[in-house]
Amino acid sequence: MNESKRGRLLALLCLVPFVLFFVIFQIAPLLWVALNSVQSESGWGLDNFSRIFASKFYLQALQRSLEISFWSSLFGIVVAVMGAYSLHQVDSRLRDFVSAFANMTSNFSGVPLAFAFIILLGFNGALTLLLQQVGLLGDFSIYSKTGLILVYTYFQIPLGVLLLYPAFDALREDWRESAALLGASPWQYWRHIGLPVLTPALLGTFVILLANALGAYATVYALTTGNFNVLTIRIAALVAGDITLDPNLASALAMVLVGLMTLVTVVHQGLLRRSYHAR
Amino acid sequence: MRAEPASGGLYHRVVVYLLFLILLLPLAGTLLYSLATSWSESLLPSGLTFKWYVALWSEPRFLAAFGQSLLVCVGALMLSVVLILPLLFVVHYHFPRLDALMNILILLPFAVPPVVSSVGLLHLYGSGPMAMVGTPWILIGCYFTIALPFMYRAITNNLQAINLRDLMDAAQLLGASTWQAAFLVVLPNLRKGLMVALLLSFSFLFGEFVFANLLVGTRYETLQVYLNNMRNSSGHFNSALVISYFAFVLALTWVANRLNKDKP
Repeated sequence: MNESKRGRLLALLCLVPFVLFFVIFQIAPLLWVALNSVQSESGWGLDNFSRIFASKFYLQALQRSLEISFWSSLFGIVVAVMGAYSLHQVDSRLRDFVSAFANMTSNFSGVPLAFAFIILLGFNGALTLLLQQVGLLGDFSIYSKTGLILVYTYFQIPLGVLLLYPAFDALREDWRESAALLGASPWQYWRHIGLPVLTPALLGTFVILLANALGAYATVYALTTGNFNVLTIRIAALVAGDITLDPNLASALAMVLVGLMTLVTVVHQGLLRRSYHAR
Repeated sequence: MRAEPASGGLYHRVVVYLLFLILLLPLAGTLLYSLATSWSESLLPSGLTFKWYVALWSEPRFLAAFGQSLLVCVGALMLSVVLILPLLFVVHYHFPRLDALMNILILLPFAVPPVVSSVGLLHLYGSGPMAMVGTPWILIGCYFTIALPFMYRAITNNLQAINLRDLMDAAQLLGASTWQAAFLVVLPNLRKGLMVALLLSFSFLFGEFVFANLLVGTRYETLQVYLNNMRNSSGHFNSALVISYFAFVLALTWVANRLNKDKP
C-alpha cells in the first residue's frame, strides 16, 4: 500500500514539468488577455467591448472575418464532400495517391500559399496577364474579399477531404443496394439514408473549417501586407503595429475571437459525439 | 479493407482527377515560375533555368533562416517529447481518469489562435524576469503548445494499440522495475508511432508564421519570416523559395506516410 502510494506520488511529480510549460505558454497568456480585456483607463469594466461594438471599423473586421470564413468553409466543404465521396469509389492506387497528395498540400498554407497566389494571380501574375488577354478576369483581384475567399477555400479543401474521408466509411455499400432493391431512387437514398448518416460529420467538419479560417492570420497578412480588415489582423496591429498600440483593446478583440472559437469547439465536440464513424 | 469497385465509374475518376488538379495548380504554377527565365503575357515561360535556385541556395540569409527554423522546430519537438511522453505514461498507467481532463486541455491550442496568445505573451515575457520575446526560446515553448494536441492524440492511439497495462504487468512480472518497463519495453514499442507523430508535427511547425513573426521577427529570422520579408524581391526568386520549402515538407510527410503504412 505504502509502496504504491509512493509510486503515485512519483508519477504526479513527473507531471510537474508539463504543467509548468503548459501554464507558462498557454494558460498564462490567455489569462492575461482575459484580465486585460476587462480593464481600461477608467478601471475595470466592459468599456473595451462597448468600444468595439460601437466602432464601424471593428465591426467591419468582425463581419469580414465571418464572411470570409463562412464562404470559404462552404465552398471548401462542397468540394471536399464530392472529392472524399469519389475517392471512396475509385481504385485504391488512385485513391492512395490523391489522398496522400491532399495530406501533403494541407501543409501548403500561410505565407507560401499567399505567395503562390500572388505569383499566379497578383497584379502582374502570370495567370492574371493571361486571363486579362482573353478578357476573362473582369475586375477580380486576389487582394479583395473575393480573392481572399478563393485563397482560403484552397487551404480548406485538403483539410476538408482529410476530415470527411473517414466519415464515408460509415456509409455501407449494402445500404445503398438494399435501398435500390426496395425501389428507392438515388435521390431518395441520399435524402433518407446517406445525408442523415453523414450530417454530424458534415457539420463537424464545417465548424472545424470555420475555426480554421477565423483564426487564420498568416495567409491574409502575407497576401495584403496587413492591409485587409479582418479580426486577426486588427488584434496583431494593436499589439505589434506601428501606429496605435492598445493592448487592452487588443485583448478584448482577442476575447471576441476566443468566444467565437470556443463556440465552434463546443459545437464540434457535441457533433463528434453524435457522429457515426467516431463510435 | 473494402471491396474494390469493379469499374470505379467514370464520374468518380473525373472528380478525383479534378480534385488533384485543383490542389496541384498553384504548386505547379509556382514550380514553373521558379524555373522560368521570365514569364509574362504568354501561355508558357520564355525559357527554363535553374539560376533562381542557385541564387537562393547561395544566399547566406536564406541558409541562416533555414538553419534557424530547423533548430527551433527540432528544439520544440525535443521539448515536447520530454514533456508529453511522461505525461502520457502517467495519465494512462496511473490516472486514466485524467485523460478526460487532458482531452479538454488539448482543445485550448485550437480555441486560442496564436494571434491571441501572442497578445499575452508579448506583454508577459517582453520584459522582467522572464523576458524571452525576441529569442528562439519563446518560440520553442509556443511550438510545444502547437504540437501538443496532435502528439497527445497520436501517441494515445499508439498506447491503446499496444495494451500499455498488459505490457507493463508482464514486464513487472518478469522482474522489471516500473522505470525499466517504461524505458525498455514500452518506449521501443512506441518508437515508430512516435517517429510518425514527430515528422508530421515537424512539417506543420516548420510552416508556422504567426508566433515567429509577432514574437521574434527578424531578431531570429525563421524561414517563414524570411519568406515574408522577401516579398519585394523577384517573383522567380520567391517561387524558388516556396518550392524549396514545400519540397522539404513534402519529403518529410512522404517519409511519415511510408512509416505509417509499414506499421505492423
